[in-house]
Amino acid sequence: MKIYFSNNDMLMNFNHFLSQVDFKDNKELEIITANNWISVHPAALVLAAALAKKVGKNHTIIDNSAGESGLYLDRMGLYDYSKTESPYKYNQHDESGRFIPIRQILTQSDQSRFVTDIIPLLHLDPEKSQMIRYVIGELVRNVLEHSMSNDGAFVAAQYRPKTNVLSFGVCDTGIGIRKSLEKFHFSEDNLSAIRLALMPGISGTTAGLNFTEDNGGAGLFIVKNLSKMTRNYFILYSGDAAYKLLKYDKRIKGLPKIKSDPLEDKHSAYSDLPKFDGTLVGVDIALDDTETFNTIMEVIKVGYSKSIRERKERKYKEIKFV
Amino acid sequence: MKKIKIKEIAGEFCENKDIAKKIREEYILPSLAANEQVELDFEGVTGVTQSFIHAVIAEAIRQFPNTFYELVIFKNCPDLVKTIIEIVSEYMQESA
Repeated sequence: MKIYFSNNDMLMNFNHFLSQVDFKDNKELEIITANNWISVHPAALVLAAALAKKVGKNHTIIDNSAGESGLYLDRMGLYDYSKTESPYKYNQHDESGRFIPIRQILTQSDQSRFVTDIIPLLHLDPEKSQMIRYVIGELVRNVLEHSMSNDGAFVAAQYRPKTNVLSFGVCDTGIGIRKSLEKFHFSEDNLSAIRLALMPGISGTTAGLNFTEDNGGAGLFIVKNLSKMTRNYFILYSGDAAYKLLKYDKRIKGLPKIKSDPLEDKHSAYSDLPKFDGTLVGVDIALDDTETFNTIMEVIKVGYSKSIRERKERKYKEIKFV
Repeated sequence: MKKIKIKEIAGEFCENKDIAKKIREEYILPSLAANEQVELDFEGVTGVTQSFIHAVIAEAIRQFPNTFYELVIFKNCPDLVKTIIEIVSEYMQESA
């Protein structure tokens, strides 16, 4: 397998990054970097780490041609998954960056520890840290409950003070979204499955709106809408398909409206990407001071109830008596 | 009345669904079955995930739709926690 890190692998261009991944030959992984400069989203890093774990450290190499920018790969912990030695020397304790290196999470207890440990690493105030804990808590729980992956979840995050944006990546090499839904929800292809997974009230553990005691089908819907409400990108990749939420226009005043169907949001959809047996989520969230997390959740609350009502009404309309 | 200090069981940020299940199975459902009041005290809790709250209260709302709202009391909830509890409460009622 091959992964190419370029000088623009942020979510805006993530489809390009994904289209370059080569999943053939699943016995080894080569991580190739652009010459002299790379700019990589944590979602790209966790995909690389998850694949590296799959093939094993001794079968993973990094080509070391990224120049000084390759130091980022070291600080994010990618070299720990590779037999290639890092060429970078730096003081491990000099944490000027605000990032959470790649972490593998195998159990609910690991997750709880991680959610507690991450806050000091990012040096953020308590209000901002709530959103981070929320997003990681929900995305990792999804992996542990639904992915059936033996390797659990791979997580990494990066805070960029200049843009005030927090970027997350969560990846697993499990059964993928389509398979995790198929027991209760038919989807004709991977993109349809991704669409379903992003709709409110859809869970792989139950049909219709009959929520189980443990699942409400709201996790991905809320996380996607946190990106939307803070006018940022969100991407979900599984199988040969990906859905990318595009930035909500900053010129439109007020908080964005919540839509039940992700295809009604401004988005790009892809259904011809290299086939990935697993699930990758990339999230960008702006930590502006203008709207508190609670204000955003209030809007999501109203939108969620409305969406469920709409789905129920739609369901009623479908019933026919003969 | 049964009183449950959530922070003591689930910590300051509540996301662990195994613990949520324990709260549901050991405290909430038995109390409601006995027609007994339950107080969930969120003092010191700064945040919760929707899936945690769902695992704590959704089944109780489904099994006891008539008495849940009279017998279960939520105390000392910060605004964010209130909002997330309301999200779960509303969609459980919408889906009934």
